[in-house]
Amino acid sequence: MADRDVRPTAKSSPIDVTLLLLDLAVTHVVARGRQTLLAILGVALGVGFSVAMAALLEGSQKDFVEQLINAIPNVEITDERREAAQQPAQLVFDDAQFNSLTTREDPRGIRNPIAVTGAIRANVEGRVSAALQVQGVIRYAGRDTGVSLSGVVPEDEISVSQIGDDMEAGLLTDLNSRADAVVLGDDLAESINAEVGDTVTLVSPAGDIYRYRLVGIFDSGNVAADAGTGYLLLSTAQVFAGRPNAVNTVRVSLDDPDTAPQVASWIESQFGYKSVSWQEANEALLESFIVRDIIMYTVVAAILLVAGFGIYNIISTITYEKTRDIAIMKSLGFYEGDMRRLFVMEGLAMGIAGSLVGAALGVLLTIALGQVEFVNPQSDDPITIPVIFSPLHYSIAIGIALGSAVFAAYMPARKASVLNPVDIIRGAT
Amino acid sequence: MTALLEAKKIGRVLDETIKVTLVDDVSLSVGEGEFVAITGPSGSGKSSLLYLLGLLDLPTSGDVMIKGQSTHDMTPDERAHVRLAELGFIFQFHFLLPEFTARGNVMLPMRRLARLSQREQHERAGDLLASLGLGDHIDKRPDQLSGGQRQRVAVARALANDPALILADEPTGSLDSKSTEQVFTILQDLVDKAGRTILAVTHDLDLAGRMDRRLHLIDGRLASDASADVEVPHDEPPADNREPANA
Repeated sequence: MADRDVRPTAKSSPIDVTLLLLDLAVTHVVARGRQTLLAILGVALGVGFSVAMAALLEGSQKDFVEQLINAIPNVEITDERREAAQQPAQLVFDDAQFNSLTTREDPRGIRNPIAVTGAIRANVEGRVSAALQVQGVIRYAGRDTGVSLSGVVPEDEISVSQIGDDMEAGLLTDLNSRADAVVLGDDLAESINAEVGDTVTLVSPAGDIYRYRLVGIFDSGNVAADAGTGYLLLSTAQVFAGRPNAVNTVRVSLDDPDTAPQVASWIESQFGYKSVSWQEANEALLESFIVRDIIMYTVVAAILLVAGFGIYNIISTITYEKTRDIAIMKSLGFYEGDMRRLFVMEGLAMGIAGSLVGAALGVLLTIALGQVEFVNPQSDDPITIPVIFSPLHYSIAIGIALGSAVFAAYMPARKASVLNPVDIIRGAT
Repeated sequence: MTALLEAKKIGRVLDETIKVTLVDDVSLSVGEGEFVAITGPSGSGKSSLLYLLGLLDLPTSGDVMIKGQSTHDMTPDERAHVRLAELGFIFQFHFLLPEFTARGNVMLPMRRLARLSQREQHERAGDLLASLGLGDHIDKRPDQLSGGQRQRVAVARALANDPALILADEPTGSLDSKSTEQVFTILQDLVDKAGRTILAVTHDLDLAGRMDRRLHLIDGRLASDASADVEVPHDEPPADNREPANA
């Protein structure tokens, strides 16, 4: 034999070595079939349940936000201003200070509402409805009930809210049929024992008494609205309030509700009126969703970490059981890296198998949850649990599962790889 | 020519604090085609010396040269590669992987080295086993073989990558006399007929006497390096023939 270099010359093919390690991994995993199945099941349950939980939580959250967006205008412009107007002295002297100034209420409402709605229509993708909000009192059988009335253009109002769909009797557009038409919430109509076609007596803020014909009843599902609001034609409301041509609220429904904050600040900068996006109106609620998300993903990570312990358990058992084989292979010339890869591969294989089974389980659980129906005693419609299928949930759950599998396998694998074969061989002899 | 294997003043201290010395200042050289015995009483450091020469263990002083190359500064992976490509090991216990057949076990080092194609590895493993009289047992797993047969599979595995040097640690230590004779004859044929080089640790002075050269160790030091006719007292108790419980 010639004096060829004893150090590695041509690197042995990595594919062959990987196949060899795979072969070894399979024998180890198969030899501990039942424990392996348990570890895989642990990961699968972890992935499955966390995916289903995420589908449920985010589904209900999305459903809730959708209802929120539909129930209130995306952007609502009122005739208020956020800050009191600058005083003449402030304009002249830098040091001038005024305290306790309040914004003035302008009986004329939003100035030049046609220009405002026109500008919004021209610049914003969405629908606009101008309204006059006015408080009134319904007088019935000697009892007075407060009511918040919206004077609207029915077609516009239907385009920015769900009122068109909420009508229980009559139509909102029936307001157009006569100048003294009114639409009331169902609880309110019930409390005054009025039905469509009946006459109701309303007292204006100024004390004038008007008699209107009830042409429609709506049921929005929101008790406060159903028991305390009504609709008039905009022009009728202006007469009722004694504020001719006044509009004090403009509601905007956007094609993309997510742009509401930008639209609101644009409107505010243009006209100076307070414009509130639905996000601003529900800030506290949306913040609570973030907390909910954090809790959800923490629980998901915890579940999958626990599943990782199953993998840690079996890989350390295998490395312990196979101490002798590891020593043999190392003495034959297997590298430390080979041993590490071998056991990490075993853990990863369990992680992958568990993830696949878990993803399937997650789909099944989500479908099953989506089919659960229960009846709300307050309403006749059966309610289904809102769920969503999001690839993100699956990738996060599988990512965490694989990560914890590799981590769980790496620790015993590293221990096995640095094992000194001499200790084992000497011990056996 | 350079020696196949050369030890330069190698020593191995087990624990730096209490100074347990396993091997002390041993220098030796093994040439190609030699059949060398390492003998010595229990605890004299025979096996420790073999592990050092086989790069399984690191000397705390000195250097082991394989084919004239120093192994002192090699990384663990480089030493592993030398074991894989240049050295073959036979231990007292067969140390076969229980899940693999005889052929699978013999193929293991070949697959790791991956110098031959799968088909060539398959054939070579079969040929090696057949040449050691195991033609009928190629596809049997270790638990279906007798002790002597297992040890012959281990010999075939040691030969798998056509190593320059075979290191044997009590290769017949766990075998009965018939199997001992069979395995020893195989080793002797490997040297005499196939021109291989074998360094074997043994307590069996009978066998040591039949080898070319004998290195006698006492307390980790080389007492003699001479031809096999040197008289050494018979002080080694016979090793018991039990296999480890989990074999």
